[in-house]
Amino acid sequence: MIDFMKRFSQNRGAVIGLTILTLVILIAVFAPLLYPNSPWKMVQRPFLVPFSVDGFLLGTDTLGRDVAAGLAHGARVSLIVGLVSTLVALLIGVPLGALAGFYGGLVDDGAMRFTEFFQTIPNFALAIVLVAILEPTLPTITLAIAIVSWPPVARLVRAEVLSLRRREFVDAARLAGLSNMRILFGHVLPNAMSPIIVMASLMVATAILLESSLSFLGLGDPNIMSWGYMIGAARTVIRNAWWLSFIPGLAILLTVLALNLIGEGLNDALNPRLARKGR
Amino acid sequence: MTIVTAISGRLLKAVITLLMIVILNFFLIHAAPGDPAAVMAGEAGAADAQYIAQLREQFGLDQPLLTQFWNYVSGILQLDLGYSYRQQMPVLDLILERLPATLILTLTAFGMSLILGIVFGLAAAARQGKWSDTIITSLSLLFYATPLFWVALMAVVLFSIKLGWFPAFGYETVGADYSGFRVVLDRLEHLVLPAFTLGLFFMAVYLRMTRSSVLEVSQMDFVKTARAKGLSENIIRRRHILRNALLPVVTLAGLQAGQLVGGAVLTETVFAWPGIGRLMFESLTARDYNTLLGVFLISAAMVILFNIMTDLVYRLIDPRIGAGGSS
Repeated sequence: MIDFMKRFSQNRGAVIGLTILTLVILIAVFAPLLYPNSPWKMVQRPFLVPFSVDGFLLGTDTLGRDVAAGLAHGARVSLIVGLVSTLVALLIGVPLGALAGFYGGLVDDGAMRFTEFFQTIPNFALAIVLVAILEPTLPTITLAIAIVSWPPVARLVRAEVLSLRRREFVDAARLAGLSNMRILFGHVLPNAMSPIIVMASLMVATAILLESSLSFLGLGDPNIMSWGYMIGAARTVIRNAWWLSFIPGLAILLTVLALNLIGEGLNDALNPRLARKGR
Repeated sequence: MTIVTAISGRLLKAVITLLMIVILNFFLIHAAPGDPAAVMAGEAGAADAQYIAQLREQFGLDQPLLTQFWNYVSGILQLDLGYSYRQQMPVLDLILERLPATLILTLTAFGMSLILGIVFGLAAAARQGKWSDTIITSLSLLFYATPLFWVALMAVVLFSIKLGWFPAFGYETVGADYSGFRVVLDRLEHLVLPAFTLGLFFMAVYLRMTRSSVLEVSQMDFVKTARAKGLSENIIRRRHILRNALLPVVTLAGLQAGQLVGGAVLTETVFAWPGIGRLMFESLTARDYNTLLGVFLISAAMVILFNIMTDLVYRLIDPRIGAGGSS
């Protein structure tokens, strides 16, 4: 653990990423305290330029809503959707991949055909269709992102379990009379945790991009302020007020970049012997 | 395995996948809140009970679910993707009309991102650890994290509004009476920004793949053998490393095609590019579910076709898979 912390902290990119992410998390957590008013509330003249009026650091949008407040409240949505949809994707992908890798044969065939099916479908198009038809709410958006994100998890876990199940500690556990389920979930899976953690951190990043793309297209929860919505709403005034699209986009970019940097840092720190691999 | 059995296997899989999407589509229509007949009536602008009942009968919505399902599937097998009330034409015609624009955009973006990604990836790998490598890898990391629709908007701001280099939207200059070569040039000018923004993310992906693949292959024993044999660095790089390193890149690039379609929805929306991605956006804002699901099915079919083609290319260039057959 100490080794891990040391290796992680020696990675400059990872430290920068962690700093940015911590900042975003703090803003998200304290958004209701920093900006107690609803981010939908009109508070000033529209189109205030950033840094021009005290109290409205980032100016106001087309309807006179505080951009900084929208940004802070939007951080909550991005992080929540990113985290929860990744968790749901793990809940689908990990057991499926683990069972496929552990039991092999027909179970493996069935599970992998199923996974392949979801991998062939263009994933963003599927997410659009799901959210559009099931009505855009926070749960449906989260679910749709999870549904399009789990296949790589299943494949990764399957490959890990496939190589781990022939190790001696599995034989030892079997000799000790443990049940298959105990062996798989108590002994094999914990040993496959590092690559799963790395993949999960990168999945949160992708999920945030997906969420912002959906809400940019107007498929966000209509009651919740999000970064993608802010960009979508400012799109029509891009000729006069480009910064209204620029600022939330920068927030997305920084958050996603931070998560990717952390993912790479985790990869290097958890698998020090492996050469650095791109994806 | 001969190439014929390989292809027929892939085709069979493709048919099964498409059939499953059709089933998924059917269930999605029925999962949608509200009665499809009421939705259609609303779209047609007449929502009285009698008209709704008439629509229900006309589209067999009063029949058992299984019969409805059979009608739906057999319709699609005859290439009937339904009717768009919004646009007043069959969904298939609508899609076919828009398909060429999307093919031009996605294939240009794909080719561009693959070529640039490989070139920069090779450049970065050749200078591993030096400052130029650091710059290329950092930039690719940045592009990899950038929301596509935002790049598109910022490209419009910079290159179209501020600098005035390229048109901000559309497929050609409306009302311009160009002829001959000028038409081609006009379309190319319109293509630059959409293709570039769509390609940027994928370029970053291919760049990172190429770089790590080259570095990985360079460590392998056969490269050391080649070096020990006294072959020149140039030949080792071109004949030994490049060939082996690019194979996984090409395969993975083919598998990314699905994401390209998703990216096209965003790019076409921003640039008002008249392709099926824009059609998808229009149909979802108009709640035109027939069109939405039709575009979804056709884009999935396109992706599957593209994957099969990649598989073929892969078989042709990888000598280890005995697909060349003739030898």
